[in-house]
Amino acid sequence: MQLLKNKEIIENTWQYLAIDQAITNGDILISAQRWQQEKTSLTTHTGQLGIRLLASDQLADIVDALPHVAVIDLYITDFTDGRSFSQAWLLRHRYQFKGEIRASGDYLSDQVCYLARVGVNAFQPNNGCNVKKEINYLNDFSVHYQ
Amino acid sequence: MYQYNHSDQTLVNERVAQFRRQTESYLKGELTEDQFRALRLRNGLYIQTHAPMLRVAVPYGVLNSTQCRMIAHIARHYDKGYCHFTTRQNIQFNWPKLEQVPDILAELASVQMHAIQTSGNCMRNTTTDPLAGVAQDELEDPRPYCEIIRQWTTLHPEFDYLPRKFKIAVSGSQHDRAATQFHDIGVHLVRNEHHEIGFKILVGGGLGRTPIIGQVIRPFLEKQHLLSYLEAILRIYNLLGRRDNKYKARIKILVKETGLEKFTALVDQEWQCIKNTLLLDEARLNEISTHFTLPAYCHHDAAYDFSALGTQTPAFTTWLKHNTVAHKVTGYRAVVLSLKAPNTPPGDLTDQQLDAIADLAEQYSFGEIRSTHRQNLVFADVKEADLFSLWEALQAQHLATPNIGTATDIICCPGLDFCSLANAGSIGITKEINDALDDMDYLHDLGDIKINISGCMNGCAHQSVGHIGILGVDKKGVEWYQLTLGGSSDNDAAIGERLGPAVSKQDVTQAIITILEVYASQRAEEESFLTMVNRVGIEPFRERVYATA
Ligand code: SF4
Repeated sequence: MQLLKNKEIIENTWQYLAIDQAITNGDILISAQRWQQEKTSLTTHTGQLGIRLLASDQLADIVDALPHVAVIDLYITDFTDGRSFSQAWLLRHRYQFKGEIRASGDYLSDQVCYLARVGVNAFQPNNGCNVKKEINYLNDFSVHYQ
Repeated sequence: MYQYNHSDQTLVNERVAQFRRQTESYLKGELTEDQFRALRLRNGLYIQTHAPMLRVAVPYGVLNSTQCRMIAHIARHYDKGYCHFTTRQNIQFNWPKLEQVPDILAELASVQMHAIQTSGNCMRNTTTDPLAGVAQDELEDPRPYCEIIRQWTTLHPEFDYLPRKFKIAVSGSQHDRAATQFHDIGVHLVRNEHHEIGFKILVGGGLGRTPIIGQVIRPFLEKQHLLSYLEAILRIYNLLGRRDNKYKARIKILVKETGLEKFTALVDQEWQCIKNTLLLDEARLNEISTHFTLPAYCHHDAAYDFSALGTQTPAFTTWLKHNTVAHKVTGYRAVVLSLKAPNTPPGDLTDQQLDAIADLAEQYSFGEIRSTHRQNLVFADVKEADLFSLWEALQAQHLATPNIGTATDIICCPGLDFCSLANAGSIGITKEINDALDDMDYLHDLGDIKINISGCMNGCAHQSVGHIGILGVDKKGVEWYQLTLGGSSDNDAAIGERLGPAVSKQDVTQAIITILEVYASQRAEEESFLTMVNRVGIEPFRERVYATA
């Protein structure tokens, strides 16, 4: 699966581990809930750590994870649920998160320009072939008011 | 009025290109129905009963003659030769073809117009007082702030997928002509005890299914903080507004369920973190204000003397009294063009009328036209000496019906004739009421009466704040109408009280006539309809309406 990161297409080395899957070495994404439950052991994980954040998750629950993670993956299950946009903004501007903020799941390719503007810098579309298209869509607007 | 600079134009052009691509993708099957729906709604495009409906933005209701001619052109070439003005001061086309919409948007862009965010769960067109800049009771012109809000809301990356639609209105006058108490956010220019002008902010008002009067969340906000404060409200709403039930998703429900005190605390907490961003400094305010400088008025020492004209043509005097409004500059008046002629659906204009209006605006009112939330148009700056010839010209266009503020100045939604959500017709009822009230003298004697008719609970015609509200309901596939009395969207904001059980379609006009008769026979001297309803309650009306029904 490919990933669009900082406007370049790269291979995705990340693996999402559901709550019942054992933690493995390497670059892993886990849920906010799992972070809450296993944070002590997770901070010594071999490999990079990332958290998958749903629109319904509370940012407050993962703020203490931010120094330990390389990726926050905003996993979008419904593209009309705009909470992810505010989460991204808060991560970048309120919590000064410098790592990767990724959008994945069911977002629309037509939303990438908005997502990029609130701080998302990596995209992992459900349909892998959209990656190329999304590089162009990032340039939908050359001007903005905000 | 505001003129686009290079970036404004670029943004609108790029939006057209984006929507063209989205439409093509949809037609090729690359976007699903649901995906395209969200995208097209954000460009004002609905799929209605008969055809798509395209809603074009008229930012805070201001239009120039060139734009008006473009609307005429679109009505002629892409539609059936007419358009419809809405209660949000916008314009709707009822018959465009889906595949032609990108072309329509490109034509609009060529005259600095667009359909961005005129529907969908996003921040909508900001509305204001149609007498902005000329009203005698104005503290400060609200249009520069409307423009600042327009820019900030346009393609806002964080707030384009809100729980539900979001509407902001701004008023700069003592008399609230923008119904700010019924908006998600109402912004009022006010003066504080130190004589500084700033904003009173209201939140959580709204019409529709659950009409609620907005509450004051901040009695005084310094001008420079307008945008950061709006951002704080929007962020709290975006994160906490309900998304599980679309009927509970408006901010009014969040405010109600959270409680104003707690909601205010949440907003304040958020605002403290961003308060020093998005500051509006003097330079920025001045720069925007230069777009709204007053036109080059001629100097008059005294008001024009109409006495000679009046005796010759009483019809002119009647029109002058009902369809024109005092102006802050001596020798000028604002003129309301009635879009409520008998026999035409309220708010509708033909391409030929639009062209004529564009010409008349150039000739008589500095080339500018305003739309009102009661679905009429305003020429804001007409010389009193020109009023007679303007009146003659408007008469020829059927735009001078002297019924502004009367019982036939009805707000009416498209209803069953066009809208797929409708339970009942509204245009037909309006026509019946018009036919029954064809005696102008009686109408003028009744005075200020606002009748609002919506074809369903969504309440696009604001029936719950009509002095008389008429709401179409469906009873086993038959059209019935629920009546309310005593609503108001003015300063004395109130939600109308239900008169009784719904009445059938054949009885609704008679019920309205009866209500008006009760008023005419029982009013105290000089007492307006609304004042009387507030004094006597609905009982006397209820008795008579259900006695005859
Ligand atoms: S009130 Fe109902 S019927 Fe009328 S336009 Fe709105 S949604 Fe349609």
